[in-house]
Amino acid sequence: MKNLKYLSLVFAGIFVFTSCTKDLDLEPEFGINSASVYNDPSNYINVLAKIYAGLTLSGQEGPAGQPDIADIDEGFSSYIRVYWNLQQLPTDESICGWNDTGIPELNTMTWGSSNSFTKAMYSRLYFQIAVCNEFIRECSDENMDRRGFSQADKDQITAFRSEARFLRALSWYHAIDLFGSVPFTTEADGIGSFLPEQISRTDLFDYVETELLELEDLLAAPGTNEYARADRAAAWFLLAKLYLNAEVYTGNARYANCATYCNKILGAGYSLHDNYPGLFLADNHLSPEIIFPIACDGLRTQAWGGMTFMVHAFMVGANMTGAEFGVNGGWNGYRSTKAFSDKFLADSLDSDRFQFYIEGQTQEINNIGTASEGWPMGKYKNVDSNGNPGSDVSGNHVDTDFPLMRLAEVYLMYAECAVRGAGDIGTASGYMQELRDRANISSPLPSLDLEWILDERARELQWEAKRRTDLIRFGLFTSSDYIWEFKGDVEDGQGTSNHLNLYPLSADDLIANPNLQQNPGY
Amino acid sequence: MKFNCKSTLLVIGMLFSSILAFGQNASLSGDIKDNNGDPIIGATIRLDGTSIGTFSDVSGNYSIENIAPGTYDVIYSFVGFSTIKATMTFSAGEKLTKSQSMSADAMLLDEAVVIGYGTTNSKDLTGSTKLILEKDFQSGNVTTPEQLITGKVSGVQITSNDGAPGSGSRIRIRGGTSLNASNDPLIVIDEVPVDNEGIDGAANALNMINPNDIESMVVLKDASATAIYGSRGANGVILITTKKGAQGKSPMRVNLQQNFSLSTVTKTAEVMNAAELREAIIQNGDSTQLSLLGNADTDWQNEIYRNAFISESNLNITGGIENLPYRLSIGYKHEEGILRRHQLDRTSIGLNLNPKFLDDKLAVSLNTKLSTADNFFANQDAIGAAVSFDPTQSVLSGNEEFGGYFEWLNPDGTPSNLAGANPVGLLEQKEDISDVLRFIGNLKLDYELPFFPEVHAVMNIGGDFSKSSGSVVIDTDARQQFFNGGERSQYEQTKSNRLLETYFNYQESFGNNDIDFTAGYSYQRWERETPAFPLLNFDGDTVTPAGIPFQTENALISLYGRLKYTLNDKYLLTATLRRDGSSRFNPDQRWGMFPSAAFAWRISEENFLKESKAVSYLKLRAGYGVTGQQDIGNDYPYLANYTVSTSTAQYQFGNTFYELLRPDGFDFNIKWEETTSTNIGLDFGFMKNRLFGSIDYYIKQTDDLLTIIDVPAGVNFTNEILTNVGSMENKGFEFELSYVAISEAKKELIFGMNLTSNRNEVTKLSRVVDPSQVGILTGGIDGGIGNNVQIHAVGNPTNSFYVYEQIYDEAGNPLEGQFVDRNNDGIVNEMDRYIFEKPAPDFFLGFFTNYRLDRWTAGFALRGEFDRFVYNNVNSNRGFFESVPAPGQGFITNLNNSFNESGFITSNPEQFLSDYYLEKANFIRMDYFNVGYDFGKVFKESAQFNAGIVINNVFVLSDYSGIDPEVADGIDKNIYPRPRIYSLNLNFTF
Repeated sequence: MKNLKYLSLVFAGIFVFTSCTKDLDLEPEFGINSASVYNDPSNYINVLAKIYAGLTLSGQEGPAGQPDIADIDEGFSSYIRVYWNLQQLPTDESICGWNDTGIPELNTMTWGSSNSFTKAMYSRLYFQIAVCNEFIRECSDENMDRRGFSQADKDQITAFRSEARFLRALSWYHAIDLFGSVPFTTEADGIGSFLPEQISRTDLFDYVETELLELEDLLAAPGTNEYARADRAAAWFLLAKLYLNAEVYTGNARYANCATYCNKILGAGYSLHDNYPGLFLADNHLSPEIIFPIACDGLRTQAWGGMTFMVHAFMVGANMTGAEFGVNGGWNGYRSTKAFSDKFLADSLDSDRFQFYIEGQTQEINNIGTASEGWPMGKYKNVDSNGNPGSDVSGNHVDTDFPLMRLAEVYLMYAECAVRGAGDIGTASGYMQELRDRANISSPLPSLDLEWILDERARELQWEAKRRTDLIRFGLFTSSDYIWEFKGDVEDGQGTSNHLNLYPLSADDLIANPNLQQNPGY
Repeated sequence: MKFNCKSTLLVIGMLFSSILAFGQNASLSGDIKDNNGDPIIGATIRLDGTSIGTFSDVSGNYSIENIAPGTYDVIYSFVGFSTIKATMTFSAGEKLTKSQSMSADAMLLDEAVVIGYGTTNSKDLTGSTKLILEKDFQSGNVTTPEQLITGKVSGVQITSNDGAPGSGSRIRIRGGTSLNASNDPLIVIDEVPVDNEGIDGAANALNMINPNDIESMVVLKDASATAIYGSRGANGVILITTKKGAQGKSPMRVNLQQNFSLSTVTKTAEVMNAAELREAIIQNGDSTQLSLLGNADTDWQNEIYRNAFISESNLNITGGIENLPYRLSIGYKHEEGILRRHQLDRTSIGLNLNPKFLDDKLAVSLNTKLSTADNFFANQDAIGAAVSFDPTQSVLSGNEEFGGYFEWLNPDGTPSNLAGANPVGLLEQKEDISDVLRFIGNLKLDYELPFFPEVHAVMNIGGDFSKSSGSVVIDTDARQQFFNGGERSQYEQTKSNRLLETYFNYQESFGNNDIDFTAGYSYQRWERETPAFPLLNFDGDTVTPAGIPFQTENALISLYGRLKYTLNDKYLLTATLRRDGSSRFNPDQRWGMFPSAAFAWRISEENFLKESKAVSYLKLRAGYGVTGQQDIGNDYPYLANYTVSTSTAQYQFGNTFYELLRPDGFDFNIKWEETTSTNIGLDFGFMKNRLFGSIDYYIKQTDDLLTIIDVPAGVNFTNEILTNVGSMENKGFEFELSYVAISEAKKELIFGMNLTSNRNEVTKLSRVVDPSQVGILTGGIDGGIGNNVQIHAVGNPTNSFYVYEQIYDEAGNPLEGQFVDRNNDGIVNEMDRYIFEKPAPDFFLGFFTNYRLDRWTAGFALRGEFDRFVYNNVNSNRGFFESVPAPGQGFITNLNNSFNESGFITSNPEQFLSDYYLEKANFIRMDYFNVGYDFGKVFKESAQFNAGIVINNVFVLSDYSGIDPEVADGIDKNIYPRPRIYSLNLNFTF
């Protein structure tokens, strides 16, 4: 028994064994953490680049890998790709024949609150906003002082901070437009486990307006920033869009404000690209018309979203050849409904805006899945204005940039304001004539009215992710006054419920955050 | 470490002193036979408390010299036989002769069972633990160790992934406890816990272990048994023990095994032939499609599969040189796959040395296993391609392009990237090879303390190291990477896993009380490193520059203790406690306690049963324990890391491209999952244990289940995060029975069976319980992008199917695209999906038998799984007419025969998710059937020889319409078919 005494000492010794526990403090060798990243002023531009790239790339590996958001195919999750689908598929402008989850419900306006595309968009917006919040917080004056940065570094980082605020406002604008009343966070909120409160659509509108009005003075003067970075004109453009749709968002029309900001851009030195097709080619970064692009590159900015999606997915049938489009082949997805393509028949088929490939295709769509039904649109190409293909020899990824904001839309916004009594009709008509001249349309300009403005937006801005917002502003998105094939899940089309004017908040977020109320109707 | 000369000399001196014999010594000799009078080869005979001992030779004879006069306990033992202890007294110079007859111990009650940091006897076990010896292993062609016990243990479901050479398995012990962390059991090989993650370039990390070297496997099933492994014990533990040499001096024994096998294809997917496809297109398609058809009639599956040859040689040398028992094994296996060009060549060397020093007080055990594998991976894309490629086209085009293979072209003459590639071209134009080297070894020192002989101090140093490299070359003109100009890529990986353990064991008896106490410390560290290589085309031009190299590591520090207390040999109590610290969690969360307690009552030792003729053994067991799971797939989940993007994910400002820095989503408070399990069991034996069995009931409750949930939007750098919110429960019942029907001198017949029923249910999935929560979609399918056919949902088993309810006409034919509007809101959308059935079986069973008649033996094993469902993705993806591309696309694909039944035309996305494609997939498979003959002494009595024929995968009985109902995750994509294998085994012992 005496042994037991000694033994118990030995065993007790073992159990208080605490050395070596430092061995449990392990950190990754090839990573940087949130503490170290902001101590070096040279890292800031890389975080800012992430926020910009967040508009097109899907993750940290091109074209796929380490995705930013989960629960959806990575390529589908690209910001501009999912935004494009939400703005286009429920409208007359595009329909997609793929059998991927979530797409058919968008085609036919039958989505529910678990639709994977609406959830992906929602997740994308908040990924952008969370990264912006963190970056803006880390770029505060106090933090920069604390880190002892030089004045030159501080000035540069302050400029980055303003651009991050602009990009955050852009995502909030999309949240207002797509989802309405949403959970709200700012740079004052940290990261971790808290439950954001829901902000009303009107209050969010006011917040975004205030942010943009402040940024008006903080961003670089129009045309003075590096290519692909936002300047004042981008903020003006976003304000104009916000005001144009203010009646939908808040109940108060703000067309006069819209015209004001259109005028600021119109005086900022932009000019129309000399030909319409050239706006959508691999060298469109040289265009004088583009106010704010999403930059893509076949070798260095690769994703299965962005412009890679737009070039490949819009190629349908054998007549849209890889050689012509500068890629290795089409994905046979998207076509326009007859209701939409009919709008182009008033102009000559020789018009530069007639970008449909009609050979081998029927104009009508009887079956969504049949790729040869409906006219596909082919204005986005990965060849430059001399016909040379883009930089990726494998023919997968695309150099063409996406023109998120361009001067022609400012013309159209101004013209709409004018027709609505907030601008000069004569000036507006001049702008409209310019657009039609540029597209080689010889037929005379009709007198401007709202219906024509809407159709002219469809023709000029075709397949540029504008249509859903426009149809809602004109009250035609869900209405039975305007129908197209498969609207409301019947072949001839029918009116749908008004609650579809807003997409549902992510059903999963409602579970994660009990503060939230779902949009009515879902 | 300093080398101390003096102490080394001391050790050597002591070594000699124990070897040197002094005085006039005695000897013992004799022979050992089983109950039938046949010699037992390789039985161990040793004098207890000494290092003196030997093996019996091929005639069963043994002889021990140099026995110092005195009284000894002579121990006769052999795996699978009851150990015999005989007390003998030797006087100086005496030559004793003792013939010993040993009887088989079918129930293995006397067998030593490894239980983690020690061993115990089967009959002293308190937890649910199963020992399987080599004689009960699966026979025939087994390349990877875990498949040795397929169907042999209740509660253990082992499903081979597919029929590829060396392919791994999905192992589930009492169901899975996790949704997102690993569900694999912890595997411990000769006291070295190995990690479950694969090795790059190896089809399966475990196949680097030669099954032929394995002596026994122990499965720890309930928490009272696995809690000693703490944070790794939640999914059970499999302890693998390799064969060793025997104590004492014994003659060298050489065993040579040679196997030859032939693998054959049993079943392929049912697709149309050329005439059938042509007819389908005439009926449903148009003239453009018809014009694309060729004139051949190619059976593409026939073109890619073959009969394959397998050969395996194993040479084992076992014996003891004085104090040095040894076993050396060399194995070589050449296994061809039935998919053309697929091949695995494995060489393994194992050396185990188990000497004792210092008057036998220091037992040393050195176990090493070194293996290399050369893989040639056939391009498995060919399997799916062969199902879908147009049968009217011939394999070769007749021209030089694309290596001569027929491929579909765009109008501009480039290959169409929408059309699939020629299956034969996929196989022939890709070289995918790898070399893998793996070493597992440990050195264990077990020292009996000089002044406390009841105490052993044990130190175990172990390691598991692997290094692999591989390369892929695709021809420059191959369709596969045509636009890049072919491919040259390579990869490498090094992995290491180091282990240091020290523990003490104390055993003493006080009257009727037996105490056995163990306590120790363990440190284990894993590292994994993968350098980055550029992707080149065939000519060596860079297609994608090298990315960022990958390196990761984690460590686990543990303290553990076990107390076993036995009263009167009747009441057994075991309590364990483990404290684990993992580097994967934040300092406040990283330490966890894992306790367990178990009680057993050997009722048959009570007076009222002791004399019973009917009941020979009865033991009641009850146990409770807490275990964890920390294998969560990420070594740094709690750190707020920033990730640098690759060179292909940059963004342009001006003319400069910038790499991207992204904050990654993280959960600072993430920690391990905790499983609390309760087990109650009864072991019973009747008729002198000829009928023996056990019955167990268990409940496993897993909390802090790592679940991927949505984070509230805007509060983290991701939309979903892995965090501890869920709960699930597994409940089950296990039954095992073995029956020795005939046990006579010339005849023996043994049956074994096991039955398992496990029911799994998710009980919680979110922080805030919300009845409107649908669940977490999972189970991606082929067909469309992002279509998931399964769901984890509260109140249902994991991976339940989540589908639309198909509407049928009066004749019972499905109406295309028509589904029940289950929520009656007038539209059919994703809200109308419902949960229907699950892939896991409600119950599964194994049945096996061995029959011996004189020199003949025969046996087979059956395995069945019932009440399980499989989603037939092969049918859903190729069983509708529009899976043949529209006319404008310029190519044709084949249709699955199921089109004839469904008649579905369009590519309706909801149709993919229809319950129409769910099939009940009950099955019974005969895993092997063997016949053997023992030729006895051959080569002038110098060798023992036996030979056998084994058929693996003899048949499968099932109503399932696909090629194989045994699909681990319940979604039948195009599986690499499991072959039927015919083997001839020759076995010589010298």
